[in-house]
Amino acid sequence: MQESPKYWKGIEELENSPEFVKNALTEFADFLPVKETYGSSDAAVAPRRDFLKLMGFGIAAATLASCETPIKKAIPYLNKPEEVDPGIANFYASTYFNGQDYNSVLVKTREGRPIKLEGNPESPITRGGLSARAQASVLSLYDGARLQHFAIKGKKAEKDRVDQEIRTALAGAGRTVIVSPTIISPSTKKVIAEFASRYPGTEHVMYDVNSASGLLRANGGVLPSYDFSKADVIVSLGADFLGTWISPVEFARQYVANRKVSSDKRTMSRHFQFESALTLTGSNADVRVPVKPSEMGATAVALYNGVVGGGAAGSAQLKKAAAELKAAGSRGLVVSGSNDPAVQALVTAINQSLGSAAVDVAAPSMVRQGDDARMERAVKDIIGGQVGAVIFYNANPVFDHPMGAQLGEALKGGKVKTTISLNDRLDETGSLCTYAAPDHHWLESWNDYEPKRGFLSLAQPAISPLFATRQAQDSLLTWAGNPTSYYNYLRTQWKAVTGSDAKAWDKAVHDGVATGSALAAPAAQAGAAMGAAEAISAINSAPKFTGVELCIYEKVGVGNGTEANNPWLQELPDPVSKATWGNYVAVPRKMAEEKDWAQGDVLKVTANGKSIELPVLIQPGQAAGSVAIALGYGRTQAGKVADKVGENVLPFAVLRNGAIMYANSVTLEKTGATSPIAQTQTHHTIMDRKPVVQESTLKQYRENPKEVTEYETISTPDGPQKPNKVSLWQDYEYKNHHWGMAIDLNSCIGCGSCVVGCQAENNVAVVGKQEVINRREMHWMRIDRYYSSDASKEDFETKGKLDTYAAMEDPSENPSVIFQPMMCQHCNHAPCETVCPVLATTHSSEGLNQMTYNRCVGTRYCANNCPYKVRRFNWFSYYSNEKFEAVNGHMFTDLGRMVLNPDVTVRARGVMEKCSLCVQRIQLGKLEAKKQKRRPKDGEIVSACAQSCPTQAIVFGDMRDPESRLSKLLRREDGERAFHVLDAINVQPNMTYLTKIRNTEEVRNA
Amino acid sequence: MNSIRLRPLSRLFLALFLTFAAVGNTSAQDVGAAPAVSKEGVAPGATAAATPATAAAPAAGGGDAAAIAAGDALFKGNCAQCHAINDVVVGPALKGITKRRPVSWLIPWIKNSSKMVASGDEYAVKIYNQYQKQQMPSFQLSDTEITSILAYVTAEESKPAGAPGADTGIKPTDGANAAVDGTAGGDAKYMDILLIVLVVVLIVLVVTLVIIANIMKDVLRGRKDLDGRDVEVLETRTDWTRLYKSPVLRGIAGVVFVLAVLYTSVQGAMGVGLQQGYQPTQPIAFSHKLHAGENQINCAYCHTSVYKSKSANIPSANICMNCHSQIKTESPEIKKIYRAIERKQPIQWVRVHNLPDLAYFNHSQHTQVGGIECQTCHGPIQNMEVVYQYSPLTMGWCINCHRETPLNTKGNGYYNNLVKLHDSANGAAPFTVSSNGGTECSKCHY
Repeated sequence: MQESPKYWKGIEELENSPEFVKNALTEFADFLPVKETYGSSDAAVAPRRDFLKLMGFGIAAATLASCETPIKKAIPYLNKPEEVDPGIANFYASTYFNGQDYNSVLVKTREGRPIKLEGNPESPITRGGLSARAQASVLSLYDGARLQHFAIKGKKAEKDRVDQEIRTALAGAGRTVIVSPTIISPSTKKVIAEFASRYPGTEHVMYDVNSASGLLRANGGVLPSYDFSKADVIVSLGADFLGTWISPVEFARQYVANRKVSSDKRTMSRHFQFESALTLTGSNADVRVPVKPSEMGATAVALYNGVVGGGAAGSAQLKKAAAELKAAGSRGLVVSGSNDPAVQALVTAINQSLGSAAVDVAAPSMVRQGDDARMERAVKDIIGGQVGAVIFYNANPVFDHPMGAQLGEALKGGKVKTTISLNDRLDETGSLCTYAAPDHHWLESWNDYEPKRGFLSLAQPAISPLFATRQAQDSLLTWAGNPTSYYNYLRTQWKAVTGSDAKAWDKAVHDGVATGSALAAPAAQAGAAMGAAEAISAINSAPKFTGVELCIYEKVGVGNGTEANNPWLQELPDPVSKATWGNYVAVPRKMAEEKDWAQGDVLKVTANGKSIELPVLIQPGQAAGSVAIALGYGRTQAGKVADKVGENVLPFAVLRNGAIMYANSVTLEKTGATSPIAQTQTHHTIMDRKPVVQESTLKQYRENPKEVTEYETISTPDGPQKPNKVSLWQDYEYKNHHWGMAIDLNSCIGCGSCVVGCQAENNVAVVGKQEVINRREMHWMRIDRYYSSDASKEDFETKGKLDTYAAMEDPSENPSVIFQPMMCQHCNHAPCETVCPVLATTHSSEGLNQMTYNRCVGTRYCANNCPYKVRRFNWFSYYSNEKFEAVNGHMFTDLGRMVLNPDVTVRARGVMEKCSLCVQRIQLGKLEAKKQKRRPKDGEIVSACAQSCPTQAIVFGDMRDPESRLSKLLRREDGERAFHVLDAINVQPNMTYLTKIRNTEEVRNA
Repeated sequence: MNSIRLRPLSRLFLALFLTFAAVGNTSAQDVGAAPAVSKEGVAPGATAAATPATAAAPAAGGGDAAAIAAGDALFKGNCAQCHAINDVVVGPALKGITKRRPVSWLIPWIKNSSKMVASGDEYAVKIYNQYQKQQMPSFQLSDTEITSILAYVTAEESKPAGAPGADTGIKPTDGANAAVDGTAGGDAKYMDILLIVLVVVLIVLVVTLVIIANIMKDVLRGRKDLDGRDVEVLETRTDWTRLYKSPVLRGIAGVVFVLAVLYTSVQGAMGVGLQQGYQPTQPIAFSHKLHAGENQINCAYCHTSVYKSKSANIPSANICMNCHSQIKTESPEIKKIYRAIERKQPIQWVRVHNLPDLAYFNHSQHTQVGGIECQTCHGPIQNMEVVYQYSPLTMGWCINCHRETPLNTKGNGYYNNLVKLHDSANGAAPFTVSSNGGTECSKCHY
């Protein structure tokens, strides 16, 4: 008799593992994973009697409560400020600069509280764009971890006493050092100069955490300003200019100007990127070549030889880059993120030889002035006890300088008699100082800036100081014996720009920007510039790395760690790895396979005699033989949010030839422990599913724009038809407005500014690391990142279907990357609407998919039925559950709640939420138009994401208005690049995407 | 035996009595609430005279009547706090002002009186000293606006003093409303008395009849010539037990009782959180009746942002001081405001209208765009000594109004095309708020 075939439910049954045997008889797991992973206070195990007691009490309490309604107070102003009307937002122009990127901003205030930052369209530099970090900095204003009073040795002290003691101490201090990050404020520099003249022997030392000292040295002490829109061929040697390098918002706008295509403009710049870690910029490059940190010098030399010298050398891509640069001539540009003066000297030489029009040394950028050599000397002097007094002005070198540990020891050991911190909190450095005179937040301060020679910018206070702090400039003036307030000081300085005309000053304050020049020429760098030959020999004689190379890089969100205590930034997924909350060791897949490391395995990283432990993240595109770790993490005294998140990697950086080298050779050991990484996206490829995200090449686009996008068709009796021709549903008729968005995947660089903008606008909760691991992040807007895979459906024949599909899940060694912002698609035939049992999600007459929180009972059917997975469920009361107090603390205190948008509900536990297409902004815009008895103008109403996009990849508008930018764009791109995600399921989204075009010759599989 | 039979009976009666009492009680509550939610309150007709003062201003100077009308609005918005036509308030009475001073003098005076005083103008200095050196604030009005105010004053002074002005403001509507309320209340009272009288008469009748029947029985019993059947009839006693034991009656009583209890509890549950009629005591005995009613101060004078913002704005103390630095300075209630200013402690009013956080409401959408009168939702505010919540402020109430109220589309370019589309599609049906999507969730909940 033939034995009947046996089927197994799964591998477990086949293996008959003890786990399986144990669970085989119970259909449902007898524990709720909620409790195990999160120890919820909402649903603890309660005995029956407790339950009855609670119920009895509850009924009694409810009865009592219903007897009398609690009295609510309405408290008007005592003396209403003329310009403030409750319920109406005011906007003030200001400037964000914290030593990293410069942004001109508009501060949105409600009833005198700053609640959101938007880009200032008046600014000729940032042109209305805003970085994620600038977006988030409004939250740091309400950070309870800020130092709220003056202090001596950490104890609260009277302002006058502190001033008195500091003046006495400084008078006899001898040599005084002021340590600060880059300062681009002309008036602040004058204040420091005045301070120095009062206390001779004062030296002002600037340093940058992510230093550009090498670049400054190569250009005679100035930082050239770049214009990427003037470059047709861009070669970047590790410069993450779209993410973190010098002025990313400005560069992104310029870069994209030359990347946008239409059927009228079928040209694009070509972008080569040679880098170790896969950065945001590398992800956008047409040609990306992974290069180990130690090979970067050789790459620069080869490129130099290829362009300036005769002999091209190196890899095929390098040769091609050199050839294209040569052909482009003045429309070619080379940039390098290296801090090695030799590499920068070669880059400068290449640009000079090309005569690149994109580099401007005459009107240099000011945003990096740090001098590594000078800082190194100052730190050594402090350690050597040769400094009488040191003032840390918003500088935290104990944490973020490679010699921080020694510096900390010296401060602790009393090597400096007088130590003063002007930092906003008792951070790693501030807590070691005797005196603390905390600075205002920038939203509470007056200040001026000169980000670029000839361009001025002003900051004005948008709120009165929340704490008993004092603006640092005022502190310095007080100690220098100048009784003028900094505001008056600034006004006097600005007479040179605006004259004594009060109107000109008012205009400058109103616009936030002005033209003029006030900053003195930056001091030359301590180290000398090199000639090309000298540079080549320096590179050739550089010490060789042994073993695995470490590349230290900066993340788009947390940056250099100054603002690490900002939960919006901690939870902003890294654009490429999609990891939140902490850093990790990014290793190439090959290395992980060889060493048998799995994602999440904790490694011990050792270099310079120090070691840290961090989990592994397998990062496609990471250069073979190298690993990467982000700086800015591992704070210990920043506040509840940032403390003990990740590890500080800066001690691994080395100082060589008076410049910080952000690379080192390290040894890696597996510790056996595991630590999961909180990633918001763990599937890496689209597995050949073209309908999700589409891309094509410039070559194809040039030939025929109508062929770059694949449109799916449905078979009908009348032949193949567009999916929307076949429908069970009735179409909506939009009479008034029909809101929608178009997202140009060619312009989207994946920077994440929109994610934070949306979070600020819509009171989106922060959920913390564990909940991100549980896939419960709340961001309404996410940016999906897909890697290309080496496998494709064409391999079915040769490798078999299953194996091919498995292979398609793995990204390539050096994948091409595509970003796709994803939020509620506001489908016209929305699958979520049809399954809601209580009609909590419905369709509006303006095309919006409305979510009504007070009707929602939390069945989550809608989320299950959503093909785009954009609905978010409130598993907890994130504003009151103590588990979230550390990460979402701003919703717990009156101080933090000031940042909430009063027009948007804070969602309660048990309801679903999602992108509302910023309905509050739509309603407001419509109302303003109605009040003025007219139709809304195109561009008046924009969603928060579209508003914050530095590259204008997102276009929001009314599709009923034939003259709107959106309508015009959709008409132009219809049948060419415009497509809907998953068009075949015929949900008819109101969001349209435009196919990405790459300037490459070969077609790669996404 | 008799008593034993009667005890359960009395219980049944008690139960029935309670049932009816409960029903009566609820209906009494309904009667109390009914006038407040009356359709009168949300009648769209009330929007007719709603054009705010600011909107009326630009129309000034386009003909005499128009100028007077515009001047009326401007006068009420800017001048009426300190000036009356016939009486001295803070500043002088304005009767005959155009005769006293030429217009060419008045215009700069109104625009900037302190400048005139400083320049040493004789009349200006005189009037300044006459009124306790109290400066008239300067007004950002155009020349045409000022002439229209003067036109209004001239028109007003020709009317006999004391006669009610032809104010287009709040008064007529309220008067009518109050009258309606009054008569309604009066009618109800008479009705009650009439009913009581009728019931008394009925009881008297029944008692009389019972007495007569008893007397007749006694008379009959006295007679000996009755046969057996007559005696049987005479001696018959009603068997109440049977009635009590009847399942039909029991069933009916039970069902009525259960229904009554159910109805009461449902009504009670629906009323939880409803604060209609809520009238808390305020820290300062401010009277809307005095300010908005008798003194005719425009609502927007104190509630400054009601035409431009989501919130109507509760006036800050400095707005009170515009007048009360001069008027009734000795009043103990006004002194509370002085104290607040001295101590820099804002006045903590008790909030009367509490919308839940989940509902977004915007005043300007309703006042400026919709042209709704304040009274439509806030009731006869000009008659309220102490403000109470007039409308239920429930979602049903909002939605009902949105369904019934035609949109105020007149002269608003936003709606031009929509009105055309609507009319071509469904001709006679009014273009209501809800037909423009005004009952969709996201219009109020986000």
